Amino acid sequence: MAELTMVEAINLALHQEMARDETVLVLGEDVGVDGGIFRVTRDLIEEYGEARVMDTPLAESGILGFSIGMAMNGMKPVPEMQFSGFAYLGFHQLESHASRMRWRSQGRFSVPMTVRMPYGGGVRALEHHSESREIFYTHMPGMKLVIPSGPRNARALLLAAIRDPDPVVFFEPKASYRAFREEVPDDEEVMELGRARTAREGGDITLVAWGAMLPRTMEAAERLSEEGIEADVIDLLTLSPLDYETVVDSVARTGRCVVVHEAPLSYGPAGEIVARVNEGCFLSLEAPVARVAGPDVHMPYFAREQLYLPDSDRILDACRRTLDF
Amino acid sequence: MTREPVDYGDEIPFISVLDENGDIDDDLMPDLGPEVVLKGYRTMLKARRFDERRLKLQRSGRIGTFAPVVGQEASQIGTISTLRKDDWFVPSYRETAAGFWRGLDPADILVFDAGYNEGISIPDDARDLPNAVPVGTQMLQAAGIAHAGRLRGEDAIAMTYFGDGATSQGDFHEALNFAAVYSAPVVFVCQNNQYAISVPREKQTASKTLAQKAVANGLPAVQVDGNDLFAAYTAARDAVKRAREDGQPGMIECVTYRIEMHTTADDPTRYREDDEVEAWRERDPLDRLGDYLRDRDALDDGKLEKMEKEIEAEIADAWERAEARIEELEGTDPMFAHIYAEPTQELERQRKAMARRAPQEVHAGEDSEAEEDAENGKDEDQVEGDGEKDDG
Ligand SMILES: Cc1ncc(C[n+]2csc(CCOP(=O)(O)OP(=O)(O)O)c2C)c(N)n1
Repeated sequence: MAELTMVEAINLALHQEMARDETVLVLGEDVGVDGGIFRVTRDLIEEYGEARVMDTPLAESGILGFSIGMAMNGMKPVPEMQFSGFAYLGFHQLESHASRMRWRSQGRFSVPMTVRMPYGGGVRALEHHSESREIFYTHMPGMKLVIPSGPRNARALLLAAIRDPDPVVFFEPKASYRAFREEVPDDEEVMELGRARTAREGGDITLVAWGAMLPRTMEAAERLSEEGIEADVIDLLTLSPLDYETVVDSVARTGRCVVVHEAPLSYGPAGEIVARVNEGCFLSLEAPVARVAGPDVHMPYFAREQLYLPDSDRILDACRRTLDF
Repeated sequence: MTREPVDYGDEIPFISVLDENGDIDDDLMPDLGPEVVLKGYRTMLKARRFDERRLKLQRSGRIGTFAPVVGQEASQIGTISTLRKDDWFVPSYRETAAGFWRGLDPADILVFDAGYNEGISIPDDARDLPNAVPVGTQMLQAAGIAHAGRLRGEDAIAMTYFGDGATSQGDFHEALNFAAVYSAPVVFVCQNNQYAISVPREKQTASKTLAQKAVANGLPAVQVDGNDLFAAYTAARDAVKRAREDGQPGMIECVTYRIEMHTTADDPTRYREDDEVEAWRERDPLDRLGDYLRDRDALDDGKLEKMEKEIEAEIADAWERAEARIEELEGTDPMFAHIYAEPTQELERQRKAMARRAPQEVHAGEDSEAEEDAENGKDEDQVEGDGEKDDG
C-alpha cells in the first residue's frame, strides 16, 4: 500500500489498466513527453510508447471525434481534455455522437471511452481553467459523469470507467490533485459506477457533496460535531447516473439536507438532488433542503475565486438555518 | 479524359530582410523612418524587461501565471505597427509587445495578472479585444469584426494573433474560410514559435508550412523570418493594404521561437534541448535590431542606457500603480459586475447576500440595502448562507 496523491493514484490506474488491457490508449495535448501538464500521464509514454500514448495536435474536437472512432472499432481510448473549460471545442462530438452512438445505431456500435478532464477552481488559474459545469454532461442521456473525491476512489473509479462499455466523462477536481495523500492498495480495486459513498455517518442532518467540495463539507461536519450535531455526509462520486436512493435513505433518517456544489446556483446539480429528495421522502423533511453553491456569475479571476467557492463557513450557516428551521 | 496538374494557387514566399549580423537587403527594406524603428526597438525592449519583472513577481507569488513573449517581439511589433489606431487588434494571450504598441498600460496587465478582472478595462476608443485563452477561438471573431466594419462602410481592418498549435483547430480553418468567402479584411498572424506547450511543430501538423493552410481557403499567405522586424513589417504592410483596399484577407506565418517557458506553470526542459534554445538565442530579434541601429548610429551605449533607465522607471511605476489599485479592490461586489447590462433580481439578491458575509467591511450605503433586503424577507439564501438573518 502506498500513500498517494490523486494525481499519482490516477497515474497508477492508467499504468495498471494499460498493462492489463492493450486496447487502452491515452491521447491528448501534452500527455506524452510532458506527462500531461499536471503530470497525470507521467512515464506512460516511456512504458507504452507513442502508439498508445499519443501527443495529439491541438484540437479538442479532433481528439474526441478520433477517440469515438477508435472506441467504435475495438479500442478503449482515454482522451484527456487539458481543462474542462476547453472541452467545449469538442462538446458536439460528445453530445451529438459519443452519447448517442449506441442509440443511433440501434445497439450496433458502442463508444467505450473515458474522457478525463480536470475541473473546478482553487488553483489560481487563468480564465476558462476553473469552472464547474457538471450539468452539461449529466444532462446528456447515454453519458456517465464520474467525479472522484480522493486518491483511493479516483483510482478505483477510473478503472471502472475505462472498463465501462459506455462513454464516461471523468471529472478530476484539480484542487484535490495534490491537496492530500491517501492509502491506495497496490492490488486492483474497482468501484461500481453509479454508487454514492457515505463519507461520514450521523443522524442529525444529511450533507451531500462531491469532488473538491467534499473536504470542505467534511470540515463543516467536524465543526458541527464539536457542537454535538452529527452529520451524515454523502459523497456522490457519480453524478450520472445519480444514486439518489442513498441520499433519500439518509434524509429519511435525518429529516434535514444541505447540498453543496461549486457550480453556479441556478439550474445547478443541487436542483436535481432537491427534487429527488422531495419525491423520495417529502414527509420526512423537517426543513426545506438548502443549497450552498457558487453565485450565478462567471468564475472570477483567481484573486476572488475563494470568495466565489463555498467554504465551511457558508456550509455551516446553511446547516444552522436548516437545523433551526 | 485527362490527368494533369491543377494550378491550386500561389507558392508560399519567404521574406527575410535583416540578417543575423544586422545587415539588410536594400531591395526589400521597407521605407521606415528611423524614429519608427527606434520606437519599435524600444517597445520590444520594454516588453522583454516587463516579462523579466513579471517573472520575478510571479515567482514571489505577487502575480499569477502568465505567458512570456521573449523571442517573439519582432513578429509582434513588425506586424502590429502596420495598423492604424482604428483597426482592430484581436490577440490570443501572448501579445504583450503588440499590446504595448497599441498603448496598453502595463499597470492594467499587472492588475489582470494578479487575478483581478478589473485589469481588463478597455478604453472606449481602443479597438483591442481582451486576451483569448481558448486556443483558436478568437480568429473567427476577428473575421466577423472585419466583415461588420466593411458592412458599415468603414475601411478599418482586423489583425489577429495565434500560434502554430492553433492552426490545428477547426476554428482556425473556419475563420480562414469565412474571411475568404466574405472578403473580410482581416490579417491572420501566426506566430510559429515551434511549440504548443510541449508539442513540437512537426508533431502538430504534417504541413510543410503553416502558411500553406491558407492556400486551400483561397487566401494569399507568406512566411517570414519572425525574428526580423523588417520582414514581418513588409509582409504585414502588404497584407494590410490588400485587406484595406481590396477586402482581401491574408495570412502571415512568422517563423520564430519561444525562448522562455510556455507559461510560468511550464517546465520546458522536459521537452526541449538547451542547444536548441541557445541556437535561437543567437537569432535574438532584439540584438539583431540593436546591431542594425548601432551600425547606423541611431543607437549607442549611452542611448541604450538611457532607454533602459526610462523603461525600468516605467515598469516600476506600473507596478506601484497596480499595487495601489489592488489594495483598493476588495469585497465580492465586483464578481457581480458586468454579468448582464442590467443585473437580474436574482443576481442582486446574491450580490447583497455575499457582500454581507464578505470579510471586508461593507460600505454604509450597501448596508442599508442589505437590511432592506433582509426585511423584504424570504430570500432563502442558498448561495450565501442565510438571507433572512441580518448581520448589519
Ligand atoms: C481550446 C484550448 N485547448 C487547450 C488549451 C490549453 N493550452 C493553452 S496554450 C496551449 C498551446 C498553444 O500553442 P500555440 O497555439 O502554438 O500557441 P503558443 O502558446 O505557442 O503561443 C494549450 C494546449 C487552451 N488554452 N485552449
